[in-house]
Amino acid sequence: MKTPHGLRGKTGVLILVMVVFGPLGDVLLGKGMKPIGAITSWSPTAFAHLFTRAFSSALIWCGIGSLLLFLLAHLLVLSWADYSFVQPASATSYLVVALLGVLWLGEAVTAMRWTGVLTICLGVVLVGGTPPRTTAQG
Amino acid sequence: MTMRGIVFLASIVLGGTAGDLCVSRAMKHIGEVKNFTPRHLLRVLLRAFRVGWMWLGLALMTVAFFSLLAILSWENVSFVVPATALNYAVGALGARFLLGERVSAKRWGGVLLVCCGVALVWYG
Repeated sequence: MKTPHGLRGKTGVLILVMVVFGPLGDVLLGKGMKPIGAITSWSPTAFAHLFTRAFSSALIWCGIGSLLLFLLAHLLVLSWADYSFVQPASATSYLVVALLGVLWLGEAVTAMRWTGVLTICLGVVLVGGTPPRTTAQG
Repeated sequence: MTMRGIVFLASIVLGGTAGDLCVSRAMKHIGEVKNFTPRHLLRVLLRAFRVGWMWLGLALMTVAFFSLLAILSWENVSFVVPATALNYAVGALGARFLLGERVSAKRWGGVLLVCCGVALVWYG
């Protein structure tokens, strides 16, 4: 099946939004929750205090915003592209997670983890070489 | 691995993937989005949430999420997360047999590489 250039282009743009904003949202939530500390009490008062502190953090709001963008892109791309195309292609987020970990959080990434990321990228290249849509619309 | 672990792992993989497949079906029902203005996007979302498949999908994803939280209370992350790489293989199978997508040999090859890669990332 021949894929229109525009279809491949907008699919690529939305998958790019997913692989950037999904991991970014996770990292922002992680960074926002760290200063709040571990949950030590499960009482309603402690939870109310936790929520108040969490939702007064700009990082948490940026994280929520990023994840909402991710969700919107995910829903929109599925309105035309195959699930069997979108799901593996969005695994490129593992590369973004590794890069964010190294460059922003200063984490060490092991050789095995880089091998995994490279294997995922090879898989994504293979999937990306197939048409994004193989079913009729409607 | 205990029977309880197998049940929860199956719930994560099957529930999460089935949820995604239902959401995909709901969005296919809406049809290809061609207009990306905020007003049109809002209308698309409102239509999507009037499709039963969307709610079924969200419910299944919720089951998968809480199963993940539960299994993490007794199994190691280093075991659970690589196991969830099965999502990619199950997702491709579901897309082929439930959504009628044509999964070519090349796409299967890509999916299997992604599965192996995710497992390596988490073992690393």
